[in-house]
Parts: sequence; C-alpha cells; structure tokens
Amino acid sequence: MTEPTNVRIPHITVSQPSVNIAAEALEVPTGPSPVRDFLNRRSSGRVVDGIFGSAMFLAAISIFAIVVLIIFTLIHGSQLSIHAFGWKFFVKEIWDPVNGDFGAWTFIYGTVVSSLLALAMAVPLAIGVAVFLTEMCPKPLRTPISFLTELLAAIPSVVYGLWALFILVPIMRDRVGPFLTKTLGWTGFFGGDNFGIGMLTASVILAIMILPIISSITRDVMLAVPQNQREGMLALGATRWEMIRTGVLRNARIGIVGAVILGLGRALGETMAVTMVIGNRPQIVKSLFAPGYTLASVVANEFTEATDDTYVSALVEIGLALFLVTIVVNAIARMLVWAVTRGTPSRAH
Amino acid sequence: MGVGIQVENLNAWYGSNQSLFDISLHIPANHATALIGPSGCGKSTFVRCLNRMHETNPIARATGVVRMGDVDIYKESSPVEIRRRVGMVFQRPNPFPTMSIYDNVASGLKLNGFRNRRVLDEVVERSLRNAALWDEVKDDLKKKSGASLSGGQQQRLCIARALAVDPEVMLMDEPASALDPISTSKIEDLIFQLKSQYTIVIVTHNMQQAARVAEKTGFFLNGHLVEFDQTHKIFTNPHDKRTEDYITGRFG
Amino acid sequence: MNEMQNNAMRPPVRPSRTNAVVRQASDWVVTGLAVLSTFLVVAPLVAILTYLIYRGASSLNWAFFTQVPAPVGESGGGMANSIVGSAVILGLASSMGIPVGIAAGVYLAEYARGKVLGQAVRFTADVLNGVPSIVMGIAIYALIVMQQKHFSAFSGGVALAIMMVPTVTRTTEEMLMTVPNAVREAGYGLGVPKWRTIMSISLRTASPGIITGCMLAFARVAGETAPLMFTAFGNQFWSARLDQPMAALPLQIFVYAISPFDEWHRLAWAGALVLIVLIMVSVTLVRVAASRGIMKGNQ
Repeated sequence: MTEPTNVRIPHITVSQPSVNIAAEALEVPTGPSPVRDFLNRRSSGRVVDGIFGSAMFLAAISIFAIVVLIIFTLIHGSQLSIHAFGWKFFVKEIWDPVNGDFGAWTFIYGTVVSSLLALAMAVPLAIGVAVFLTEMCPKPLRTPISFLTELLAAIPSVVYGLWALFILVPIMRDRVGPFLTKTLGWTGFFGGDNFGIGMLTASVILAIMILPIISSITRDVMLAVPQNQREGMLALGATRWEMIRTGVLRNARIGIVGAVILGLGRALGETMAVTMVIGNRPQIVKSLFAPGYTLASVVANEFTEATDDTYVSALVEIGLALFLVTIVVNAIARMLVWAVTRGTPSRAH
Repeated sequence: MGVGIQVENLNAWYGSNQSLFDISLHIPANHATALIGPSGCGKSTFVRCLNRMHETNPIARATGVVRMGDVDIYKESSPVEIRRRVGMVFQRPNPFPTMSIYDNVASGLKLNGFRNRRVLDEVVERSLRNAALWDEVKDDLKKKSGASLSGGQQQRLCIARALAVDPEVMLMDEPASALDPISTSKIEDLIFQLKSQYTIVIVTHNMQQAARVAEKTGFFLNGHLVEFDQTHKIFTNPHDKRTEDYITGRFG
Repeated sequence: MNEMQNNAMRPPVRPSRTNAVVRQASDWVVTGLAVLSTFLVVAPLVAILTYLIYRGASSLNWAFFTQVPAPVGESGGGMANSIVGSAVILGLASSMGIPVGIAAGVYLAEYARGKVLGQAVRFTADVLNGVPSIVMGIAIYALIVMQQKHFSAFSGGVALAIMMVPTVTRTTEEMLMTVPNAVREAGYGLGVPKWRTIMSISLRTASPGIITGCMLAFARVAGETAPLMFTAFGNQFWSARLDQPMAALPLQIFVYAISPFDEWHRLAWAGALVLIVLIMVSVTLVRVAASRGIMKGNQ
C-alpha cells in the first residue's frame, strides 16, 4: 500500500459558484419566527394517529366479522332443519309445507339444469363476442361494443325478469316452443304443455344475464396472451382463425374455463329473473317446457310466507347450501383466471 | 439561524441488512456539508436518519445518538416534531399533484393547521423568492398545479415548500441529479445562498458540486464513514487511500 | 420438422390445395360466427331498452313521480313512494357502506401493504362479494329483522351497505396504490402526521378513482331486489320511518310485474325505465371516467 500522494486533483477546482442571485439577498425574517413558534407548539399527532390507525384497522376487520356473522347466522338458522332431516335433505324430492316435510333435491335439480343449459347457450356466444372484440373488431367499433356489453351487465335482475315475463315468454310460447316441438320433439325434452313459463325460458334469460361476465373475463384472458404467440402463428402461414385457435385460445384455455365457471357461479345465485319465469313449481319433469324451481327461487318465493320454524329453517339451510356452493365455485374460478392473467393490468370491471 | 448536528455511533439496518456502521461526526451550524460516495454506500440512509425518515420503512431500525442542537432526536422528540424542524428535498421533485403552487408551498403550514391568511401569503412569497422561483410563477400561484411545472421548477418548488416551514436544517438528497445543467447550477447557487441561514446537508454524486458548495465533506463507503474533513482537504489531500481512489475516479 | 420447434408453433395443417380452400373457408365461417355472436349479444340489450321505452315512457307523467299506488282496480297513481324509498335506503346504505369500504381500503393500502393480514382481508372481501344477494337477505333478516321483530328500511340499508363494501374497498385500495410513494414521503418530510398525510394527500390524490368506485358500487346495489325482500319488505304507502318497512323501486317492480293487474304492469314498466336510466347514467359516467385515465391514477 503506497501512501496517498500529495495529489492536486486537477479536474476538481474548489471555487465559489457564480452567484446569479446575488442581487436578491435572501429574505430572512429577523426576530422570532411565528412559523417556528406555531409548529413547535403543535402536538405531534401521536394520539390522533393511533386512533386513526385503529379505526382503519377496525374497518378492515369488520369485513371478517361480517362474513363470520353471515356464516354463523346461516348455520344457526339451519339447525332445526338439519336435525329434522339430516343429510338426506339434499336428496329428498319432497317439498311439503303443509305436512312439514322438506327436501331440496327438486331445487338442486332445477338450479343445475337451468344453469347448465344457460351455460351451454351463453358460452359459445360469449367466446364468440370475446374473439370478435379482441381479434377481429375494427378499432372504432371496439369501444362502443364493449361498452354495450358492460351496460348489459348493469341491467338489474328484476328488469331482465320483467322483460322476460312479458316479451320473452310469449316468444317462447308462440314461436320457439312449437318450432322445437316439431324439430326436436322426439328427444322427449320438448313435449307437453307449453305456456312459455318454465325451465327453458328461465335458462334463456339466465344465459343472457351471464353472458357479459363470461365475455368480459374471456377478453381479459385473451388479452393476457402475449402478442408474440399471435405473430408466431401468422408467420407460419396460419389463417386468422387458426392463429386464434392455436395461438390465443389454446394458451388462454385455463382462463376461459375460469370465466365459464365464474358464469356458472353467477347463474347459481341468480334469483329475481329466474323466479319470474320459471313457474315456481317443485317438480322434476323431463320436458323443458314445464315449470320448475331453483334453490334461489324457492327462498325468494316462500321465505316471507313460511309459517312454522321448520319451514323457515329448511329455507335457511337451502340458503346456506347456496352460499357454500357459490363460494367454492367462485374461488375455483378466480384461481384459474388469476393464474392466466397474473401480472397483466386489468380493465375496470 | 441553523443548528449543528452531532452524530454519535449511528448504526442503521433494513431488516437484517446493516447499512450504516458506527457513524460519528459533527455537522456545523450554518454551513453546508456534503456527503459523497458511490451508489449504495449509505449516504442517503444516513441523511434519512437525521430527520427520522428512515423509520417510515417498516423494517428499518437505527441505534445511536443524533443530537440536533441540544435535543436527542431519537429519545427526546418524536419523528413528526423533528421533521417540522428539518426540511427535506428529495432526489426526484415530488410536489403534491392535486395542489396549486401556492398550496404546495404552504402545505407544510396548512396541513399542520396554520390558518392566518396574511402570514401564509407572506411566507409563500418569501419562500418562492428565496427559492428563486417567484418571478416565474407569481402570476399563476393559485391557478397552476404543482405538477405542471418543468423539472427544474418543480425541484425549486420543493425547496420553497421546505423553506416555508422555516426549518433549522435543510437535508438535500441529490437534489439536482434528475435535472438539466442549467437548473442544476441554479440550485447550487441557491444552496450557496441558503447556507448562511440554515444548516445544510447535501448528498451528492457530483464531486464538483460538493467542492463548489460545501465547507465540509464526508466520504461514505459501504456504510462506513471513511473520512470527514474540510472540503478542500478531501479533494486535494485526502488521508485515506480509499478516498483518493474514489476522487480520482478509480471506482464508483 | 426438427424437435426444436415446439408444438404450438407447428403449422396446423399440411399444406395442399384442398386444405387451403378448407382452411380459408373455415376462417370465413368462424368470422361470420363471431360477428353473429356479437349481434346476438347486442340484440337483447337493444330489445330490452327499446321495450322499456316503448312500454314505460308513456306512463312517465307527473302523477307517476308524485303519487302512491292507487288501490287495486283503479287506474292512475304512481310509484313516488318507491322512488323516495329507494333513495332513502340507498342513502342509508351509502352512508354506512362507503365509509367502511374506504377505511378498509385505506388500511389495506397504507397500513397492511405486503402483510398477510392484508391478503386475508382482500380474500375475505372477495368472498363477501360472491355471496348471492338472496342469501344476504336471509342473513340480515336473521340478524336484524328477527331481533327487532319488524321489517325496516334500516335493515334494508344494512344489507345493501354490506354489498357495497367489497367494491369500494377494492377500488380504494387500488387507487391508493397508484399514489406514488414519493408524494407520501414529501408529506412525512414536512412533519405532517400519518393520518393527515393519508387524508389530505393520499386520499385527495386518489379521490377521482375512489369516487368512481363508489358510483360503481352504488349503481350495482341500486337495482338489487332480493336483499330487500326480507328486510325493507316494501310498503304500499308513504313512509319516512327508518324502523318501518319501506318501499323500494326494484322491489315494487317485482311485485307489480308478477301481479295479475294490467294497471300495475304498466307501472312496472315505467318504474323499470326510471331504474334503468338511473343505472345507465352511473355506468356511463364510470366508463367516461375510466377512459379519461382516472381509474389508472393519471392526473
């Protein structure tokens, strides 16, 4: 180690800066500064900080509290029914308020059938719209059309139900119904009386209602596929559809499954519109024209009129089941979607 | 009038990483002190310990004594009280985006409850004059937002904002590094003027800047204070070989 | 083809003349299907809106907005009590749900960033968001209505407030995260206490986006019927009391729609039109705000 030499470092000159503002000397107040006095007298805000932080914390905790309360209330309210009917409750087909005998199977059937039918109708359309908007749509049309799908999502359930009751039902009864009986009557699903009110109509309106959410999430998922996938396919000479199918949809398929499951979750819990057009009759019949009943509908319809405690308890148990199923379904859906869109910015839903 | 700062055995950690090792020095009142050193050497952390901004990071910790005037800022005061006595200017200008120029400068007072309109007007004008920004903005004080100014103007606005609370110490963490040369020289002129009234600590990468502006300079390396002396000594005749290596550009 | 090309990059079909025709034709068919789907999706929206206007607009007279429903069998009357009732219940819901939501969002963004508790809260808020609205009605019925032994506007407000919280919380958190940390540090550096920094600096900077989020939450619960069925319950008459059943627009529309009376059907259409207009306006405002970059935190 050599001693540091007495080096005059040429490139650094220790000199005074040119004082451009020499003309304006600093204005400094002489005497006691009112500002400093004021600030020195102010409290440090520690107490308020503590209260404020606690208040924010409480608000966040209240979300836990609410969910816990809801679950607890539902479980507590179902006790009577659980004790009376046990697990068989979910496979029993009897719903007899008069004699106090209850079973939820009819409603489970109705919910599942209407939801699956709705999915079958909505998913192809939703994916079609998503494909159109992300890959084919001319730029100027993109915003208006996507805005329209957002508006569709904003329509309240009761308005859908109103429209379905007075406009869709006659169409299903007078046009679609007879057409289906003629062409597909041999399957046995389209026979019997058709008054327009029943499982099929409910499925149709349900399909219209879940379409926006499936389409919107599918779009997000497709947009999350990196551009180089598309370009790679095109560079190999693929047609546009082939590029979409292999370059985009294949990569996005996990997310699309998530979108579909999210739509399913929405359909399972949908109440008002379905109640208005499904007929609200606790029965399981092969014909899709026949009235049916769903889990959400029976609660909406009969809760305020339930007279004895077991009746109410059975309905609460149905609510509990609905709650748990939707939580699980939504959680699965969100995980799938998150896995694909992780890291990409989301549009405001 | 500014106050001196006495630092004794200051150690600082981010989580389990120690970033400052046993720093001791005295920052003289009403002088400018520069802190130089390569990136990541701890000079920013050191300065942030002087007004307890270091603590805003939840995993940060510091031990040692920092005495501002005759107050031990860690044991005898609260972070909020200290920060009202110490002004800070950051590397990137950060005016409040939703506030006008006037409100930005007055924010240190208004947000702490100061109401007297007349005094506020005076303070705002004086601070903007002292920051050499008054002439450029005096017609748009309440109309333009703080974020609508150019980079150099924004930084001077931040300086005005810091000056408005009449601090005893001004901490400047590379105040000109994000600015163009003309704005930089304006700010250096400013510092030269300010140091007669305030105690200034300036962190800088720019050794010429340190040489121009500061009476004393400290050289930091890897969290240690290698050398602390009169500026002209550091730059012409440093004691430590590491200082000499840094100054002559052998690293950093 | 050598192994270095991965499967997705292999050309989908072997090139040949007939293949080329089939491929091109498939492309056109699919394009057509996509366009058709879009049309089929947009059509119901147009249909619904058109019918609402067609069936409802003619009933929107002064009486509609100022009178209560006429007795069964008589014509005339209006839905004034439902409109006012909805306003009251929504006002209640907003006054409870928005502050809690914003506070929870503040907690997530300013106190719990990166912490496990924050993630747990976020997850729970998502769960709460997915609760079917009818189940919410059951829960609030059991929690409040049963204890008080009567239906009330208050319980309806609580049910809707809870439904607003997750949306407001998430938006508030997202918007606060877009506030640059440098701005917060500027506040701390001036000796502004943390609570004041959050209120006057962070929240103020993020407020356009937060307000937009509140509007979104409001629009969502404005049309909700199911949670009110067992809480506010509805009311045929004027009522301003929070501890009594109260009419609400969506609820009334439902009751009228399933009734056998033509007169009530007419009112239902008009009410639906009013409801839709209110919601559409909110959603459009949100969209405009989003396109202006407000939701991204741009100033």
